Amino acid sequence: MARIVVITSGKGGVGKTTTSAAIATGLALQGRKTAVVDFDVGLRNLDLIMGCERRVVYDFVNVINGDANLRQALIKDKRTDNLFILPASQTRDKEALTTEGVERVLGELAKEFEFVICDSPAGIERGALMASYFADEAIVVTNPEVSSVRDSDRMLGILASKTKKAEEGGGAIPATLLLTRYSPARVDKGEMLSIEDVQDILSIDLLGVIPESQAVLNASNSGVPVVLDEDSDAGQAYLDAVARFLGEERPYRFTTLEKKGFFGRLFGG
Amino acid sequence: MGIFDYFRSPKTRSASQAKERLQIIVARERAHRSGPDYLPALHREILAVIRKYVHVDDEAVQMNLEREGDCEVLELNITLPEKD
Repeated sequence: MARIVVITSGKGGVGKTTTSAAIATGLALQGRKTAVVDFDVGLRNLDLIMGCERRVVYDFVNVINGDANLRQALIKDKRTDNLFILPASQTRDKEALTTEGVERVLGELAKEFEFVICDSPAGIERGALMASYFADEAIVVTNPEVSSVRDSDRMLGILASKTKKAEEGGGAIPATLLLTRYSPARVDKGEMLSIEDVQDILSIDLLGVIPESQAVLNASNSGVPVVLDEDSDAGQAYLDAVARFLGEERPYRFTTLEKKGFFGRLFGG
Repeated sequence: MGIFDYFRSPKTRSASQAKERLQIIVARERAHRSGPDYLPALHREILAVIRKYVHVDDEAVQMNLEREGDCEVLELNITLPEKD
């Protein structure tokens, strides 16, 4: 049975789509057959981050409406085997994502894939609720910043009450924290919430810490998921997170300031 | 951290402020979420009743729901304005 995983956050611009692309690609690199689904109806963007924007013919809503079947709409990734993308529709009709339609499409995907990664839109409107409704587990993407942490807590509340499992009395779906845009230098100066601070507030398990990195913008500029930039700090941090997701234990990297020499410590940085 | 950091204004250590503010607001929002749906309406109506007799601001009525085992305790704290 497939694992349906929602990548969510509440707040926009924290790295949900970057994370969805990176985790889905990372799982496929491990030989796991993975589909990544864009739930951001109206503002399609996953296709750009995955670099397949010119190959979109049919989309999620076309499949829900029966205008196309899943096989026609799924885009096979050109770089990574075992990886398929289901793009969002650009329709303005937010009601296009019907509960029955989403359930049917996710059910079909679950038959064929080992992992289904749902890239949630920002906010707590229909698209975001639908992205998490049928999920088995959640990855909450958070920046070490007040509004992002607060919105993540709000989203944890929704995951505890507004999913199918919760409505059937099964309680909250398991959720883990992925801290992105982390800057150890700023944490060291007392200017940024630390990993421990964010965990104290949200009290969920940590899946990974992605450092603030130029590699992320470079990756989106060129439409190549950042995990394929294997030499980059962010790429390696995402690969660590994928390994942990699959049950492996990995030490955390890029989370502490590199040790400075005596003069460096004396004069600060 | 270098020695010059100790001369910097404490304002630059903003992370601890962020954590403190978040702990307060998150605790408040969680309490609100876990409470029964009628709490906000109850709060509004109690406030309206009090305002028939004295003028108070929105903060004057504080409601707090606590669980102790199987028992739920609704604590109501009404602050009346000082006489001048």
